Amino acid sequence: MTAAIAVALAMVAITATAVVFTGDPVRQAVTLSVFGLTLSVLFLLLQAPDVALAQIGVGAAVVPLMVMLTLRRIRRHR
Amino acid sequence: MSRPARLVLFLVAAAGVAALLVVAFLDLPPFGSPFHPYRDRAVAAAVAHATANVVGSVTFDQRGLDTLVEETILLGSVAGAAALLRPSKEERENTTVPEGGRVLEATKLTGYLLLPVTLLVGIDVVVHGHLTPGGGFQGGVLLGTAVHLLYLTGHYRALDRVRPLPVFDSGEALGAAAFAALGIAGIIAAGAFLGNILPFGTFGELLSAGTVPVFNIAVGVEVASGVIVLLAKFLEQALRVQREAVS
Repeated sequence: MTAAIAVALAMVAITATAVVFTGDPVRQAVTLSVFGLTLSVLFLLLQAPDVALAQIGVGAAVVPLMVMLTLRRIRRHR
Repeated sequence: MSRPARLVLFLVAAAGVAALLVVAFLDLPPFGSPFHPYRDRAVAAAVAHATANVVGSVTFDQRGLDTLVEETILLGSVAGAAALLRPSKEERENTTVPEGGRVLEATKLTGYLLLPVTLLVGIDVVVHGHLTPGGGFQGGVLLGTAVHLLYLTGHYRALDRVRPLPVFDSGEALGAAAFAALGIAGIIAAGAFLGNILPFGTFGELLSAGTVPVFNIAVGVEVASGVIVLLAKFLEQALRVQREAVS
């Protein structure tokens, strides 16, 4: 169990770093979504399934979708 | 401020925060230790109210006030975002709904297959919130996003038809109002705001945990409507609003 938590923590650290170093905001919405997924896996392993469920919905779906739509709106008017 | 000065300021501040964090972490109980005073009390209180999902008991029974404030924040954020996303003076909204672009057949198929499944899972997560992990918020987000699978299949028109916005506008307000009304019912029946006034029932049954499942449904309606309204405003701005030519 501890090994699984260590792996999940490492994945969170790696994907979070990937989000920070993604320059293009469109790509960043995708890496942000992946980061949200790894975070929810970590929550699940830490025995917080309620938080993991909320994280999947908000972090992996709603927020990246809002970012994508905002970018589309901005680009259309350039 | 010059760049080196900013860097020095940041490094000093970061060192201070790091030192405070180290001091705080050194005093924490070790990771994964069995010492959980709050858990012991929360689990006992949840079992006393026949609530199988202790997290649900904490959110809607033991700390209902916190959740009321959270739901109010959500309501306020959605209302604020919707107000900001209104078409401004130099913009006008297209009355014709744009056609979707070309979508891969595989994407369409996946969307159609997943739509009923996601809706069902969302309802399941809301209704069983007092028994299994999940609840009104998680289920509500699932339900709110499920509808947007229609947009992913390329049918913005279909999405526009299945979600009449006025219905969800009032759905959000009704969910929030139901939460507050349940709280006031608690004052009248039990003498405490948000008190658990319904019979607790048998532990693990669908009809158990008193008011917790009712709260879950109220929050589920509010959150699902909130997500739908919020994403609808973003979609409108991205697809329908046109900026008029600057004269």
